[in-house]
Amino acid sequence: MRWRPGRVLALHLGVIAVLFAAQFFLPAYHHTNAARIMVLATYAIGYNVLLGYTGLLSLGHAMFFAAGLYGAGLPVYYLEIGALPAFALGMLSSLGLAIAFGLVALRAGGVSFLIVTLMFAQAFFLTTLYFNEFTMGDQGFILPERLRTLELGAVAFGLAEPAVKYNVALTVFAGCFLASLALIRSPIGRILVAIRENEARTRMLGYNTFAYKLLSLAVSATISGAAGATYALLFSYVGSSFASIHYSIYPLLWALLGGIGTTTGPLVGTALMFYLVDVSSGFTSSYLLVVGAVLVMLVLWFPKGIMGMVRTRWLTWLP
Amino acid sequence: MSFGPHLFLALLEGTVSAFVLALTALGLSLVFGVMRVVNVAHGEFFMLGAVLAWWCASLVGGPPLLGFAVALIVAPLIVGGLALAADWLILRRIDYHPESTIVATIGLLYIIQQLVLTLYGPEARPVVPPIYFRIVFPWFGYSGYKLIVAGVSGLLIAGVWVAMAKTRLGLYMRATQLDREMAQAFGVPVRRVYATVFAVGAMLAAIAGVLVVPIQQAHYLMGLDPLLLSFIVVIIGGLGSLRGTLVAAFVVGLSDGVISVFFSPTLAKIVATLLVALVLVYKPSGLFGEEEP
Repeated sequence: MRWRPGRVLALHLGVIAVLFAAQFFLPAYHHTNAARIMVLATYAIGYNVLLGYTGLLSLGHAMFFAAGLYGAGLPVYYLEIGALPAFALGMLSSLGLAIAFGLVALRAGGVSFLIVTLMFAQAFFLTTLYFNEFTMGDQGFILPERLRTLELGAVAFGLAEPAVKYNVALTVFAGCFLASLALIRSPIGRILVAIRENEARTRMLGYNTFAYKLLSLAVSATISGAAGATYALLFSYVGSSFASIHYSIYPLLWALLGGIGTTTGPLVGTALMFYLVDVSSGFTSSYLLVVGAVLVMLVLWFPKGIMGMVRTRWLTWLP
Repeated sequence: MSFGPHLFLALLEGTVSAFVLALTALGLSLVFGVMRVVNVAHGEFFMLGAVLAWWCASLVGGPPLLGFAVALIVAPLIVGGLALAADWLILRRIDYHPESTIVATIGLLYIIQQLVLTLYGPEARPVVPPIYFRIVFPWFGYSGYKLIVAGVSGLLIAGVWVAMAKTRLGLYMRATQLDREMAQAFGVPVRRVYATVFAVGAMLAAIAGVLVVPIQQAHYLMGLDPLLLSFIVVIIGGLGSLRGTLVAAFVVGLSDGVISVFFSPTLAKIVATLLVALVLVYKPSGLFGEEEP
């Protein structure tokens, strides 16, 4: 496998260009969906940094998504701050949570790590319910439209505007998409992959694997938090259901379906699953059945996911 | 009610839930210890036990005791059969790979939960206790059925313990846990042991579900709490240690009971989770765990 910077960069910029162009063709319904998919795909990208490129399976990423969601949503709601500082606060609260959590949880290896992520996420979820005076628990709260404006210099954009929504989602997605590419192509990314392949050997070579895993968790959580903050600002609803266990399992599903350890996989997986759930919820109220069935089928027959298969069969240069 | 009796009530509640928790977590711990896989669908087996108990109780007429007795036999059998099928159709095919198994059992969790939602519905349904009497303390009366639940759970746990120590299957299980390949070389049918352990683990959860349903009502989402509590217990006790699992079940069950009575159940769960964090910081392999190789 030869490293071809030109092709890889062209592919990634091409994906972003196609998404940019799509907004002029998509009908209204799919236009909104696409904005949502891009935000959720950003979340999956964050998840994929940890699972795909560091080999750490987390069942608690909802707490990072929700930390971004609340970190941005609460100050906007109570302090009426602007969209940009709210976005930064969302990312920071996710980052802070990840570092505190990582220092404890990364002491546990393998299976224990996974169980600990699941439990901490549940504790976070319960905490959002416990403080329902502020968070309004399950019911959540809606950010009023007047507060959701993005001020860039002298110009103000209303985030409820579909075109603004789409392009903000695209900007956040593109930023995280390229950041994840840059990370995995950097020397640090190579060390993360080495940890995924064989942690003991990497440690023996003299790398502080704990610090690199913490770094990976921090990056992963910050991207997830960015997605959460964007979600709150664009779609205006903030509620504790986003901290529930389902929102920890979705990014796992999206990344697995698209192909873990591929940069393009999260987008493909998220888009496909979004429409699969969208279509099936038209037929049945137990659409989560589809989620379960897809998970089992992926494990049994397509462990590499879609882009992983594409890489094995045709495009061996795919990052 | 003054503080003393209040504390006594809390301890009583805590003991009952500790026994049920120990029974549920024992199944999870067995599966992890012998097979080295985490079964995320364990809580759904618990829920299935409860739902099947409701089904048996409403299908079998007559006195509540009869339906309950039928449920106590039928529910574990159905759940055990389901677990065997899952082992044969899914887990065996992915060769019990730890991470794939986790993903597959998450899938199983959704499949079971959503099928129950479709077939049984979203309502929580009560089951009449099979035996009803009150034990009257000077300060309050207490449901005798709850004490029976604790007693039956204790008996079952003791039964599993004796089976592990004395029977041939128990010997096979312990041998597989120590060294799978060596056990196989000595003629232990490892695949069959795996299937059996997975089924027995599921059946223990199902029995716990049946026992609990007259106290708690059957609902399709009731599996998550026992799953998380079992995870907490198994982590604190040390992955793969049965003794640790039992000790931890009592620590968690009692503290959960006491905090729930005096403060709020939500707070109790948050505290339990933070307790795990502390254990992990000071003793990453759990209180009774084997050191990581």
